[in-house]
Amino acid sequence: MSPLELDHSTGVATGDPMLPDWYTVERVRRENHDTFTLELRARDGETHFAFLPGQFNMLYVFGVGEAPISISGNPAATDRVVHTTRAVGTVTRAMWRFKRGDAIGVRGPFGTHWPVEQAEGRDLVLVTGGIGLAPLRPVIYHVLAHRQAYGRVVLLYGARTPDDLLYDEELLFPPQPLSIDVDVTVDRAVAGWRGRIGVVTSLISRAPIHPDNAVAMLCGPEVMMRFAVQALMTRGVPVDRIYVSLERNMKCGVGFCGHCQYGPAFICRDGPVFRFDAIERFFGVREI
Amino acid sequence: MAKGSGKKGSAMRGIGPFGRPSRVIPKESLRNLLEVLRLRGYTLIGPTVRDQAIVYDEISSPQELPIGWTDRQGPGTYRLERREDDAFFGFVVGPQSWKKFFFPPAQRLFQISRDGKEIHTTPDPVQTRKRALIGVRPCELRALAIQDRVFTGGAYVDGSYRRLREDVFILAVNCGEPAATCFCASLDTGPQVTDGFDLAITEVIEGTRHEFIVHVGSELGARVLEAVPSREATDADSATEREIVQRATRRMSRALERSQLKELLYRNYESPRWDQVAARCLSCANCTMVCPTCFCSTVEDVTDLSGDHAERRRLWDSCFTMDFSYIVGGSVRASTRARYRHWLTHKLATWQDQFGVIGCVGCGRCITWCPVGIDLTEEVAALRGRESPDGGSGAIQENHHDRTES
Repeated sequence: MSPLELDHSTGVATGDPMLPDWYTVERVRRENHDTFTLELRARDGETHFAFLPGQFNMLYVFGVGEAPISISGNPAATDRVVHTTRAVGTVTRAMWRFKRGDAIGVRGPFGTHWPVEQAEGRDLVLVTGGIGLAPLRPVIYHVLAHRQAYGRVVLLYGARTPDDLLYDEELLFPPQPLSIDVDVTVDRAVAGWRGRIGVVTSLISRAPIHPDNAVAMLCGPEVMMRFAVQALMTRGVPVDRIYVSLERNMKCGVGFCGHCQYGPAFICRDGPVFRFDAIERFFGVREI
Repeated sequence: MAKGSGKKGSAMRGIGPFGRPSRVIPKESLRNLLEVLRLRGYTLIGPTVRDQAIVYDEISSPQELPIGWTDRQGPGTYRLERREDDAFFGFVVGPQSWKKFFFPPAQRLFQISRDGKEIHTTPDPVQTRKRALIGVRPCELRALAIQDRVFTGGAYVDGSYRRLREDVFILAVNCGEPAATCFCASLDTGPQVTDGFDLAITEVIEGTRHEFIVHVGSELGARVLEAVPSREATDADSATEREIVQRATRRMSRALERSQLKELLYRNYESPRWDQVAARCLSCANCTMVCPTCFCSTVEDVTDLSGDHAERRRLWDSCFTMDFSYIVGGSVRASTRARYRHWLTHKLATWQDQFGVIGCVGCGRCITWCPVGIDLTEEVAALRGRESPDGGSGAIQENHHDRTES
């Protein structure tokens, strides 16, 4: 049972925010050569972990350290905590070696969330690059569970190569046809790839949405998001209906350590999800 | 903790902000005052001389205060010198600030032990005790109020900070002699305290006269003062005090122009001035370590050799380090230009959006303790100068020198 209880009205977890709670690794799934998904359950008692799509946890490996990782599970499934991440740093490489039954510290959930409720009644376009798909996966779960609440829903997803693609069994080759459009592209193809080649932003111009009634959610490298915003605005999506998720170094997750500052924002607290016009003036500043 | 009424400047009319008349005690009574605090269970913490600097540490009597010492400060220089009198508070601020008592430079947060499948997390207890801070300058009082907002004013509260701030008695000291690096008057953070103290004193030394004018800022302060022989302050005392504080304002040679400060910095992310200052800045982090409001920290996770015991420590950190902004792929602020820009913009602009106040109190420590003497008031003036119609940065160089001894 997490010491942090989510206040649904504010999305803020309460309790001692600095103390990790202990979970057990129930399942480790290798998604590709460097990306994996962890499924966690509370170490003591029943798991009850509520979060909002787009929020993140601070995950702690015993004696190694802590890293902010977005939550990638189904927001309706509160009996487990699911994270997909890449093994690229000290902490995530230690997680890559996790086996069923290992212990992991969890603090969270922290941060702002995607506007899934405000987006009801509208078309939805999700633009993701690489591991940026992971923080948007809870949105896809939510949409599929409330499909009638939305208009056209389009997932545009770019990966470096076909070997880097995530969740391919669910999204690319689902057992049943999905009720959303999925358009995938890779930077570099390999033998046998019959899909698109090119950057994900090039898919925006032909995405089957009504721009004047669409909400866009973007997650990926900043340069990708910059071009995606331009392409969306060219299509006529209003700037106040474009949302981005940003990443910075984080040590505390609750606005004390100062590491995640982005202009006046603390990404851990005021983000990671921002309405684009709120941070637009800082978005083009190098080394902000 | 003292809660002042915030009636600004009322102390000057001989009435303390708590609505009580000011009192006067002879210098000998400072000992009694501190003794009363000790008897009430307070550990006394005050300025004392160590390693050729004035530091804050536990003291047992006024004799341990830096009696007869003053500090000569300038960009990149700090020297203690003998005074001609026996002033108890004849110096300004040293390299340390009071924040180290509430936001410790190194602090263990918790320990974890692993025994087979069992894992135990033990948060470190916060050691609290009643503490009396002796000789808190107006700028530092403001810095404490700013850190209170940072650590206890938001949706999350830093439990350790909040506990350490409980049971603190504040004896503030008004300033009579600024250092050459001070600029509190331009920020309205000094040289006289207005609220947030239990007792506030002004040291008066005139010929053979050596007394303290005392203002009461809280009920607790009133009770402490009652136990010490004192007399009511006269109009002449109030006039003397007014003169002392006004002299401090007049002698302040630096200023930070506050108007449109936030907008100025937000407009100037791409100013060439950042390259100019980056060419001098060593990115050494001294300014952030001496700053009484800087609050950034990092954590360190360690294990013992058995691997079954781990702990996490929180340590002061600085936005001037390369690691500070590290994410996969490299540091976001790799250049010194970006790091200085971040620090100054945070302190003066984004801080206002985050906490509703400027993050600078005009204490001048970052100027004094910068090894190459970078002066934030000069950097701000240079940014303004580049925007002025004549455009040159030469004209603004005179800016603060014009203000000396007006």
